[in-house]
Amino acid sequence: MSTVATAPVLRFESVRKTFGEQVILDGVSLDVPEHSVTVLIGASGSGKSTLLRCANLLEEVDDGAIWLDGEDVTDPRVDADAVRRRIGVVFQAYNLFPHLNVLDNITLGQRRVHKVTRAEAERRALELLDRLGLAAKAKEYPDRLSGGQQQRVALVRAIVSEPRVLLLDEITAALDPELVTEVLSVVRDLKEQGRTMVLATHEMAFARDVADQVCFLADGVILERGTSAQVFGDPQHERTRRFLSRVREAGRL
Amino acid sequence: MSEQSVSESDVSVPSVGPPGGSDDTGVVRPPYVPSERRLAREAYRRSRTRRSAIVATASTLAVAAVLFFVITGSPGWPVTKKTFLDPGYARSALSPVLHGFVLNLELLAVCGPTILVLGLLIAAVRTLRGPVFLPLRLLATAYVDFFRGFPLIILLLLIVFGVPALQLQGVTNDPILLGGAALVINYSAYVAEVFRAGIESVHPSQRAAARSIGLTYAQTMRFVVLPQAVRRVVPALVNDMASLQKDTGLVYVGGAIDAVAAAHIQVASSFNYTPLVVAGLGFVILTIPMTRYADWLTRRMDRRRAQGGIV
Repeated sequence: MSTVATAPVLRFESVRKTFGEQVILDGVSLDVPEHSVTVLIGASGSGKSTLLRCANLLEEVDDGAIWLDGEDVTDPRVDADAVRRRIGVVFQAYNLFPHLNVLDNITLGQRRVHKVTRAEAERRALELLDRLGLAAKAKEYPDRLSGGQQQRVALVRAIVSEPRVLLLDEITAALDPELVTEVLSVVRDLKEQGRTMVLATHEMAFARDVADQVCFLADGVILERGTSAQVFGDPQHERTRRFLSRVREAGRL
Repeated sequence: MSEQSVSESDVSVPSVGPPGGSDDTGVVRPPYVPSERRLAREAYRRSRTRRSAIVATASTLAVAAVLFFVITGSPGWPVTKKTFLDPGYARSALSPVLHGFVLNLELLAVCGPTILVLGLLIAAVRTLRGPVFLPLRLLATAYVDFFRGFPLIILLLLIVFGVPALQLQGVTNDPILLGGAALVINYSAYVAEVFRAGIESVHPSQRAAARSIGLTYAQTMRFVVLPQAVRRVVPALVNDMASLQKDTGLVYVGGAIDAVAAAHIQVASSFNYTPLVVAGLGFVILTIPMTRYADWLTRRMDRRRAQGGIV
């Protein structure tokens, strides 16, 4: 799966990012092939989220480059809005707009950015909501939904514009196990549909399940990368082994 | 170069741990050197910054030049200039106007904090929940409704002349104190609404979180809701304070001499309006530091909390 001959959808090339004195990413290189799922694992603060935020241009990289479909999106001449239009993001804290109902949350970008008519945007949104069992909640406001429902709405908001790549930043970190299941099953469906995804997660069992490619981040670099079976079954690096055994002790794998 | 070789030997010498180890010490990487790409990007960004600075300067100069020539080229300019912008009159008006400003500043220094406290109190009362507080809530609402609508100048006249007319024992007749009281009454109604908007903009989840750790209603307001609410309404409050600063001049209706009244006296004796311009510029100069300070304060608060990465 990861050895597809076509050019990667998303490509990180020695990306460096610092916050003041602190080096968060220290030359991260990674290819994300089309129709594949890349999972970033690693301790908190290892740079997983920062890497995703850089890809969506929410952070400006210090050095290196990020390519989306062969275009250097970190070039200062690039129109950042046009890049973001091709990328879908789901945040850990959902980040739904509390002043808009579910339907408007999903259709806002469709109508204002992609210039889809309201009727068409709502039709699409309802179709997706229906598939996720949320059609009845279309007119509800985010604060009245459970965390799992909110996160599924956030997923719909991210995929409704058919982005080239979907970035999921610890989307289940704020949910209880029951709700985690309902959100992750949506992610599994998205994989079935062949969507290209990069996700940072602490759900190791899930990561092992869906990942075509697993990257272990530590000290600002990808210390180990391989297929799910390689990284979880036969980790080469001592740090990876220690990380995974800690995770196992915590009963999360 | 030397640093690299040192760290390599560091890794190879102890040679303990599993084969293929040296993992514990992490990966040895050469020190970071900015790439060509980074340098080119930074050069490009610098050139963009330079260009926009040049464009901004040029357009500002162009606008200023157009204004200058339109105004100075107008037929009435020489007469206008003599009537409103005469350096001689400006100099002679400076001392009495500055003297008058002391009153404006004193009124601001006393009324400003009083208004903020009273406004906050009224806003807190208006946002109280529960049927027990209904009378209080109604009272606060009526106060705001009435005094926000009542014209300030009429209120001033009523208080400055009406209160002494009552001939009450022990109540002051001082027009400055009474004028200040009128300002407080009027402005606290405005400021209360500003605070209320801030309080209601704080997400309910914040109240829930505060109550859940055992804080009382009052503690929730004091330690969780108000700090967030006040932060959000600082620009609006600065607005009201700047407006108050100018309205302190209205106490002249009772005979107090502030900067504007002092300028008026000068105008009346010479029929030259330059003193009023001087007083006007004085108010501008007083307002700017206040605004800058508030901006700086809010920016500092934001920086402390922000995650970085401003979109």
